[in-house]
Amino acid sequence: MKVHLKIKRFNPEKDSKPWWGEYDVDVEPTDRVLDALHQVKWYQDGTFNLRRSCAHGVCGSDAVRINGQNKLACKVLIQDVGANITVEPILGLPVIKDLIVDMEPFFSHYKSVMPYFVNDEPLPENGRERLQSVADRERYDQGTKCILCASCTTSCPSFWANGQYVGPAAIVQAHRFIFDTRDRAAEQRLKILNEQMGVWRCRTAFNCTNACPRDIPVTQLIGEVKRALATGEIR
Amino acid sequence: MTKHHQFDAIIVGGGGAGLMAALHASKTANVAVVSKLHPTRSHTGTAQGGIAAALGNMEPDSWEWHMYDTVKGGDYLVDQDAAEIMARDAIDAIIELEHMGLPFDRTPEGKIEQRRFGGHTANFGEKPVMRACKAADRTGHMILQTLYQQCIKNKVNFFNEFFVTDIVAEDNICRGVIAIEIANSEVHIFHAKAVLIASGGFGKMFKVTSNAHTLTGDPVAAVYRRGLPLEDMEFFQFHPTGIYKLGILLSEAARGEGAVFINDKGERFMERYAPTLKDLAPRDMASRYIYEEVRAGRGIGGKDYVHMDFRAETINRYKSGPGGKEVTREHLEKALPDILEFARVYMGIDPMKDPVPIQPTAHYAMGGIPTDADGKVLADNSKIVTGLYAAGECACVSVHGANRLGTNSLVDLVVFGRRGGKAMADFCKQASFAPLPATAAVDTIADFDRIRNSKGAERAAAIRADLQAMMTNYVGVFRNGPDMQKAVDGVRELKERFKNIKTDDTGSIFNTDVLETFELGCLLDLAEITAAAALRRTESRGGHAREDYQQRDDANWLNHSMAYRADGKRDVGITKCDISFDKKPVTITKFQPKERKY
Repeated sequence: MKVHLKIKRFNPEKDSKPWWGEYDVDVEPTDRVLDALHQVKWYQDGTFNLRRSCAHGVCGSDAVRINGQNKLACKVLIQDVGANITVEPILGLPVIKDLIVDMEPFFSHYKSVMPYFVNDEPLPENGRERLQSVADRERYDQGTKCILCASCTTSCPSFWANGQYVGPAAIVQAHRFIFDTRDRAAEQRLKILNEQMGVWRCRTAFNCTNACPRDIPVTQLIGEVKRALATGEIR
Repeated sequence: MTKHHQFDAIIVGGGGAGLMAALHASKTANVAVVSKLHPTRSHTGTAQGGIAAALGNMEPDSWEWHMYDTVKGGDYLVDQDAAEIMARDAIDAIIELEHMGLPFDRTPEGKIEQRRFGGHTANFGEKPVMRACKAADRTGHMILQTLYQQCIKNKVNFFNEFFVTDIVAEDNICRGVIAIEIANSEVHIFHAKAVLIASGGFGKMFKVTSNAHTLTGDPVAAVYRRGLPLEDMEFFQFHPTGIYKLGILLSEAARGEGAVFINDKGERFMERYAPTLKDLAPRDMASRYIYEEVRAGRGIGGKDYVHMDFRAETINRYKSGPGGKEVTREHLEKALPDILEFARVYMGIDPMKDPVPIQPTAHYAMGGIPTDADGKVLADNSKIVTGLYAAGECACVSVHGANRLGTNSLVDLVVFGRRGGKAMADFCKQASFAPLPATAAVDTIADFDRIRNSKGAERAAAIRADLQAMMTNYVGVFRNGPDMQKAVDGVRELKERFKNIKTDDTGSIFNTDVLETFELGCLLDLAEITAAAALRRTESRGGHAREDYQQRDDANWLNHSMAYRADGKRDVGITKCDISFDKKPVTITKFQPKERKY
């Protein structure tokens, strides 16, 4: 089918401001939006740029705004968005070129919440795994699905308003460890998230939950972190 | 302008093998990871079903059985000393991952939960065994995330979105790597005592593939271009269960949970081909049997695919669930959430209601950069390149031989990433920096200038599409001499067309136009070696199935192939020389080659 793409273009070496590139491509209804973008890059204009790798929604490279909503370009089929498709970079991060944004602020927020397992206690004497019950493992399952694509954080009005806010993705990552019974640094993470640019910036807009391509209930996880702070109990 | 850096050790690639090596090497050495992608974008993250280790958490198991399955799965082309190390080390490495916080699924006793996988058996082939340690069907994602998290904790240095173009080696001593900073096209020289290549696979030479767009084997090509050998390049794995036409992988874990293949006649045809393991036969065999069915006119609707059926009622009808036990839809939804979603999103099919069309998809390079069991790269059949290491899919230890078993790729990358990292750290303690040649970056600069200023008529994408179609058609699941000759000749024609490339983007910022063309050049080199090595091997073994030589020929071919560029030099642009081949003996310790039946 014929598809008309409107892509927000910007090359700082040539352009003083962003402009709209318009392209017609021939694709299958079951193709991905990424396939249409590749048609443009590979056969019409090699200067057009985006990040992508796995092309099936796992690596988290190609979060973009498609018809005004944050999506992975490789996880949206043409038939689901129709014959007129507008593609822009995700909002709230500096644009480097075309659909490529500077992810450094995003990853720096991520790193600020201690997104790693901490437990310095002696290892089991039998040389085997630490035990964890099925229920305890299930408690933090949702957060382990996160692919760090930034769809949630760059859909968040609080993050748009203030880029210093750690944002939903970092809170999801913190949640994954705070609620892991094997981990020992929950207090430190909660302290970080209790600060001015932490979890209280969340105004429960639910944009993050809608934007997550992994169907993580992001707003709910943020709520659980807030509750842990308010009650002093991690449950 | 080139920028200079100096580190004890450089790791090329931020996937599972690279990060495991980085964690271990950085305990004593000053290490930097140089990666084309942000590390969490690496393809390790797409591995689904599990990582094998004989933990015995579900039922009795032993590392000897794992070793035997690996050797037999590889059709006896596996170096058995390396397979023994892998099967033994796997247990320790998986426990180490758990101690790093990896969220494995749990048994009722709280141990790591395991599932069945193709070719993994109890008691030397008797019956399937639950050996694959798992985290739903995103085990690779959990491994990649956990290792990256630990790298942050341990403050490992990263150069992300740096594209490694060349290995600096002289007089058989590695001295560093050359990389392009993608953000601004600047050339960086990384001077190091030791370099470990962990760049993953190069499946993008095929049209139907599970591999990411970025898997183009650039550092592997760099090694070859510098005159070092590549081993067993003819052995490429075609995974039986790619989504029809798209090639997106549906994990073998589906069959571990009880899924069966069904042909157009509604028959569970694997019972005929592999009476003991049935649908859990290894991947090379399953892929061949799917196409046997297609050739016999029993593809679905007469087309070139069959069905994978993982509805609970089908599994229960055939009693194909683990231990023959009943499974429920709820269990399957919990065990296989991602692949169910892939089928729903990309095919519009709900596998809980309907069977899924599948076809074999190019998946994994068994061959690659030859190494010993500590990741040390070989310059020939025995000589080590000082300071150069490789681990993971890009390397050939060889633990996979002619066909890799499912889950053994993750085992390979954690076990040999770890061993390589430790070996590098030890080496760095006693080694000094070998001087950098003044001309280290000259070839890279010339290559990129040539591509950036190329004003020809050919689109890289068109050449790439032709390459991919040719490799899928002529060097696929079934092979024969005339077709492979067409591939060898065809790739050489494409190399001629490659000289006449058209580049649109002459800028510096994120110039992926130039990078994709450079990647295509790497793919052309690696495809040429793959096709030529396949043409040369006049037997059928594991993933290399020839219609004109249908038997395994141990008398002549129980040996690894080593491919070298015949002139031993590097030229700017595309490699123009012939390939010369040598043989390397297979190491056999415990298991004498036998006929391979399941």
